[in-house]
Amino acid sequence: MTPRQRLWLFAVAAAGLIACYLWAFAGLPGFGNYPGPYGPAILKHVIAQTNATGAVSAVNFSYRGFDTVGEEFILFTAAAGMSVVLRRLRGERKSESSPAEDATKRQVPATSSAVRIVSLLLVGPTALIGWWLATHAQTNPSGGFQGGVILATAFFLVYLSGEFIAFRRLSPIAVLDVAEAVGAGGFAAVGVTAVALSLPYLFNYLPLGTIPGAVSSSGTIVLISFLVGIEVAAAFILIIGELLEQTLLRRAGSS
Amino acid sequence: MQVFPFLVVAWIVAVGLYGLITSRDLIHQVVCLVVVQSSTYVLLLAVGYVTGGVAPYFFDISPHAKAVDPVVQALALTDVVVEAAVTALLLSFAVQAHKRFGTLDPHELAEFKG
Repeated sequence: MTPRQRLWLFAVAAAGLIACYLWAFAGLPGFGNYPGPYGPAILKHVIAQTNATGAVSAVNFSYRGFDTVGEEFILFTAAAGMSVVLRRLRGERKSESSPAEDATKRQVPATSSAVRIVSLLLVGPTALIGWWLATHAQTNPSGGFQGGVILATAFFLVYLSGEFIAFRRLSPIAVLDVAEAVGAGGFAAVGVTAVALSLPYLFNYLPLGTIPGAVSSSGTIVLISFLVGIEVAAAFILIIGELLEQTLLRRAGSS
Repeated sequence: MQVFPFLVVAWIVAVGLYGLITSRDLIHQVVCLVVVQSSTYVLLLAVGYVTGGVAPYFFDISPHAKAVDPVVQALALTDVVVEAAVTALLLSFAVQAHKRFGTLDPHELAEFKG
């Protein structure tokens, strides 16, 4: 099939898709008229039931916690799949040196001291913000997903300052693998514990505390959010590390 | 203007799909896929919006304040992070394809077997 034919085929399919889209949108309640009832029902009961002032976190880690387990394992699988895909290449690397690879030869500029100083200065605050977000899911717009990514950024800043060896030493792959497994498995384990207590899976069985939104409130929501934070941070450090290693292999191969 | 956000969603999907079809580079194609994917965030948040509603966080406001739907926000939130990881996986496939075949052009890659 030539690219032109492909484009025509796409045009026909796209026209049908757009027609279906417009038809579907015509049946939606207009923007700003969300009819419920699921969202409003959760908003009405969230504080009484969970003592969490962050309704989104309560949905994520309690009401729809089952879905979040699934999402988390997608993340886990993606990170694991990536190390498998790139690991296989590492063995192949020596035997194959295509012309296109040789063409990527280029000088890599040294890290400037401005980048180095600024990124090292930001490591501490970034790690602190990440930790804070991962442990305050019940209070405000934060939680394990956001906190984990920002925690991973702190490690990336170490790399950005030109210290790949320090980056690797701070985040050895064995430790990351364990952290990822503890984060992902811990979430599932919190849920299974509820079953062992003859409660529904992922039931919030920890004490809810007395002050809504306090760090000690909302039971398993805090715990799960923290575990998700560990999992997400470990997964992203693994992913970034894998990609960086590819870059370094290229540099080493081309110099 | 009640359908305007939904038209934006359709536009983002269309632009991303067009890019996917016409792309001559795997990495560009992955980015196009991310564009298609990001339309879901606009759709979810637009569906859950309530006119005059605040963010569903009640730490410093009344628990009875009118707020937007938290469910779609939770969906969008987890998806942003998961999508980033899946994108990284797709990009690592692109790295592998380039190492093996020396090209990132999908049309040239289609000529290789195995």
